[in-house]
Amino acid sequence: MDVFCLGLSHQTADVATRERFAFAEHELAACSLDLRRRPELGEALILSTCNRVELYAAAADSAAGFASVEAFLGARAAIEPADRKFLYRQTGAGAVRHLFRVVSGLESMVLGETEILGQVKKAYSLAAESGATARHLNKLFQRAFNVAKEVRTKTNITRGPVSVGSVAVDLAEKIFGRLSSCRAMILGAGETSELTARALMSRGAHGIFVSNRSFERAQMLAEETHGQAIGFEQWHERFDDIDILISSTSAPHVIVTPEKLERAMRRRGNRPVFVIDLAVPRDVDPAVNDLDGVYLYDIDALQGIATASMADRRQELSECERLIERHVGEFSGWLANGGSRRRSMISPAVALPAQATQTS
Amino acid sequence: MVVLGYGRYQPSRFNFAAMAGGFAFQTAFLVIRGHALNACPLTNLFEVLIFLSWSMVLLYFVVGTAYRLSLLGAFTSPLAFIFQAFALIAPLDSPPGPRARVVAHPWLETHAAISIIAYGAFALACVAGVMYLIQERQLKTHRFRGLFFHLPPIADLAIVINRLIFTGFILLTLGLLSGFAVRVEWSKVIWGIGVWLLYGGILQADKWRRVTPRRVAQLSVASFSVTLATLWLLNFIAPAGSL
Repeated sequence: MDVFCLGLSHQTADVATRERFAFAEHELAACSLDLRRRPELGEALILSTCNRVELYAAAADSAAGFASVEAFLGARAAIEPADRKFLYRQTGAGAVRHLFRVVSGLESMVLGETEILGQVKKAYSLAAESGATARHLNKLFQRAFNVAKEVRTKTNITRGPVSVGSVAVDLAEKIFGRLSSCRAMILGAGETSELTARALMSRGAHGIFVSNRSFERAQMLAEETHGQAIGFEQWHERFDDIDILISSTSAPHVIVTPEKLERAMRRRGNRPVFVIDLAVPRDVDPAVNDLDGVYLYDIDALQGIATASMADRRQELSECERLIERHVGEFSGWLANGGSRRRSMISPAVALPAQATQTS
Repeated sequence: MVVLGYGRYQPSRFNFAAMAGGFAFQTAFLVIRGHALNACPLTNLFEVLIFLSWSMVLLYFVVGTAYRLSLLGAFTSPLAFIFQAFALIAPLDSPPGPRARVVAHPWLETHAAISIIAYGAFALACVAGVMYLIQERQLKTHRFRGLFFHLPPIADLAIVINRLIFTGFILLTLGLLSGFAVRVEWSKVIWGIGVWLLYGGILQADKWRRVTPRRVAQLSVASFSVTLATLWLLNFIAPAGSL
């Protein structure tokens, strides 16, 4: 019995193609079982996320297995012969390596992201509960979860934020800890500031004040963020109440100066403040960063951190691949021995999950 | 610390077990020495340094667990190591003998033990202060090393520093009060009151928000350094066996 994988991803197909192949979550269990019932296949599992659709299977004859999976796909969606060029096929060690790389986030659009692990766990859980998987795929996926955990804990592949919003959130958490007691102010209701505010809110920040030259726009954004609109001339009066200031006005000169902030900091009893300046030209005088308790980041600083984090992750790739290769060798050896029962390769710590830990 | 420098630190049970093992050895030493002296083992600077590092590790287990500050252990253990290495290398110890009788008074022992635990709290505040200053500098300069991802938020560290200083201050107050119950060397009384005033001043300034959290962190480091240096000097001024 050999394992193999057939699929397409953001690396091989555009979104229009991917959505034609995609499976809805409620279809996964039934479709995995339908696939497994085909005479050429012994086991089957379907993984479908916004970035990839992959069908894993175990069969005695992988060539016949591939043909069967393609026939299954063709029967399900309007797949044209030209679509074949988007599909990749992996067999044996290649399929094992591919899955280990996918669950570890090495094949993800954002290198090292961890959401994929939850999505694969969910797909496996649905397939296993429906009875579509058996010994080979059970071992393969349990081992994959083990590999993902090892890659995550032994390397820095998931470390560091890689978008402006996540950089802002991570920095805010390094300053304030939990954000549930933090209040933020948006000065100038631009798109990036809104996205950043939403990222902060997703981690617990609340009580958003919105101040904009157009009060109507401020009111609109305040409603969307369950915040409070304030007049543009009054923003500094509410400065004492906030912890995070996100500024992105179109003012041609600085509007937050060290003099203004120094007075405010004394009134605030030296509570720290995180100032995010997303405007170009900048809204905040860089000298405010010299004030005790003021942490200023402009758009270049945030983008620079995101870029550096991504570069750090890329540097970890070879270490991740080395770890994965060791597991691929071990698992391939087990497959080559016909899936011998004599020696279990799976640690008891990674037993079949009762249910997925994350949703796709 | 070497692992931290390379950015490869992983909080693990091994780190905790190593600290727990070291603590068990420290405790065993203090118990054995206490039996040999038939008194609390605080009769010379050697024993004081061992007791001080024991207090630090004890407080780390309390504070580190309560605040999920596993990295505090990575910063505490080198300081404990330095204290103990210095105690072992420097000729500070002398065999237990008649000097033990000097500290046999229970109030004097209570005074000494509580005071040293208070200095353990100040030492840990100093460690947390160093962690705060490292993290704060990285946040200010936008230059992040591997350590950045493991250090706790500065707001949490500021709270820990404040609470450790407060704990040390309360313990030192009790230590001083118990010291007044017996006749203690005048130089040590003055020194103890000086340390008490120093940390009391930091707490008050923090309460009145006269100082920034960064300044409190700096003061916690500077104050403990001064306390340690003066404790060393005091060893030469005060008669042996009266610690």
